[in-house]
Amino acid sequence: MKLSLGKWLLPLYTLLALIFLMVPIVYTFVFSFNDSLKSNITWRGFTFDKWLNVCQVQNGSVCEAFGNSILIGVVATVAATTLGTMIAIALVRYRFRFRSQTSLLLFLPMATPEVVLGAGLAAQFLSLGVPKDMFTIILAHTMFCISFVVVTVKARVASLDPALEEAGRDLYGSASQVFARITFPLLLPGILAAALLSFALSFDDFIITNFNSGAVTTFPKYIYVSAARGIPAEANVIASAVFIFALVIVVTAQVSRAAREKRLAKQS
Amino acid sequence: MAFAAFSTSTTAPEPAQRRKSPVALLLLLPGILYLVLFFLAPLVSLLLTSFQAPSEFGDVGQYSYAFRWENYVDVVAAYWPHIMRSFGYALIATVLALVFSYPLAYFIGVKARAWPLLQSLMLVLVIAPFFISFLLRTLAWKQLLSDESFVITSLKALSLLAPDAHFTGTPFAVIFGLTYNFIPFMTLPLYTTLERLDLRYLEAGNDLYARPFDVFRKITVPLSMPGIVAGTLLTFIPAAGDYINASRDFLGGPDTQMIGNVIEANFLVLQNFPAAAALSIILMSVILVIVSVYVKRAGTEELL
Repeated sequence: MKLSLGKWLLPLYTLLALIFLMVPIVYTFVFSFNDSLKSNITWRGFTFDKWLNVCQVQNGSVCEAFGNSILIGVVATVAATTLGTMIAIALVRYRFRFRSQTSLLLFLPMATPEVVLGAGLAAQFLSLGVPKDMFTIILAHTMFCISFVVVTVKARVASLDPALEEAGRDLYGSASQVFARITFPLLLPGILAAALLSFALSFDDFIITNFNSGAVTTFPKYIYVSAARGIPAEANVIASAVFIFALVIVVTAQVSRAAREKRLAKQS
Repeated sequence: MAFAAFSTSTTAPEPAQRRKSPVALLLLLPGILYLVLFFLAPLVSLLLTSFQAPSEFGDVGQYSYAFRWENYVDVVAAYWPHIMRSFGYALIATVLALVFSYPLAYFIGVKARAWPLLQSLMLVLVIAPFFISFLLRTLAWKQLLSDESFVITSLKALSLLAPDAHFTGTPFAVIFGLTYNFIPFMTLPLYTTLERLDLRYLEAGNDLYARPFDVFRKITVPLSMPGIVAGTLLTFIPAAGDYINASRDFLGGPDTQMIGNVIEANFLVLQNFPAAAALSIILMSVILVIVSVYVKRAGTEELL
């Protein structure tokens, strides 16, 4: 009896821990169906209305904030992924001076609390007299995403077999042909993972945005500002939809990776 | 999601040889320049701002460059409780997250190895909180822990909770929120090291008649040290600087304000930029000292 209890203790704990982690997610999802009025705190009955009319007039600002977040996320992701991928390739492939200083410069933004990053940029924009708007948010987001792109892509570059590129060169491929036909396609999964990570970081960022956004509202900032007077259920709808979308992407990626590994295992 | 930063960099094998070429400069320059302009230069601005003095005939929020080091004395004197609270809360939350995450990561990374599909499903569940807005999931806890919530009222009805028990606005709620929000940062690096743990070492320990607890203490824990170090740093750093959980509109109250709340209030509301800058510099310096000492002590320097 004692033995079987010990055997089940860890799985049971894992189950309870995972359920615990899901609690606020389920809560947010359930309350996206609440027939609420202004604030969304007490349960008033089930409705699909909020899902069907997310952008209705009086709450149009939720959708505007959401649109801003998407736009900022896409631009910052493209910029950070480009800059970060270039750095990652250079770090793995080339010898250069100031390597350790470069690594430190890439590590520091990840070890700096967001509030310091946000206040620092805001202090710089203030002293230069730059007005804070969408552009300053994009500059800020690109900055903190670069390091995460570098570490994600670096692993992929390092695992790339140099023989494949040599083969391309041996077959008289030009440098640009080798890059476009061999290097880039092989790096693509790493680059995509880095881009997804960047977008997720940018989309959910509040602290740095709050310091550098001026009058522009992003989705997290909208929630922060309305927290005092009550969040409309439409915010729950958007958050739940984003959650489902992200979950589908991750599960698809996992399943396709598992399938590919199975296929490779069969071949060898 | 920063776990990738700490876990992948250690596993990457070094390539055969690195070439020296002007291409390297071309690849590095744009990104490095960007970080110099928008990461390093802002830190310098922050340092300069922290020594600023109020302009002589200026309005509120107008400062000129000076070397007013007393700013630091002033903010430490004024906000000493907030500074101590930040590091105290962050430390407790980090320890709680480690205690919560280790068994979870152990089960996913070691016990569930035979079922890869279950393993990846559980991992997806661990990172799932990342997919829902940080602010909304914190608000969800606020509502669940509030006095009127069905959780609290039913616990009180069952006499499992004192009738006058109260959660939101207390240090308990803030630490709870910090712990919950950063658990995935702890679980993922732990998982990545435990997943690679060679079970033969544990078998060897068992064969040599070590008690299960000793095997855990002398073999499993030391071998999972890189994950413990990465996880604790990834939890501690954002927790110490966080100001959402401690905010009055979220889980905190007037007596739970952390350093982040004070920086935000001074910068964005009171327009006391030098005070906010001085507090930011203090926060960053303390964290850098803690990180470097901790990483050296834990003997995992290659992690960075």
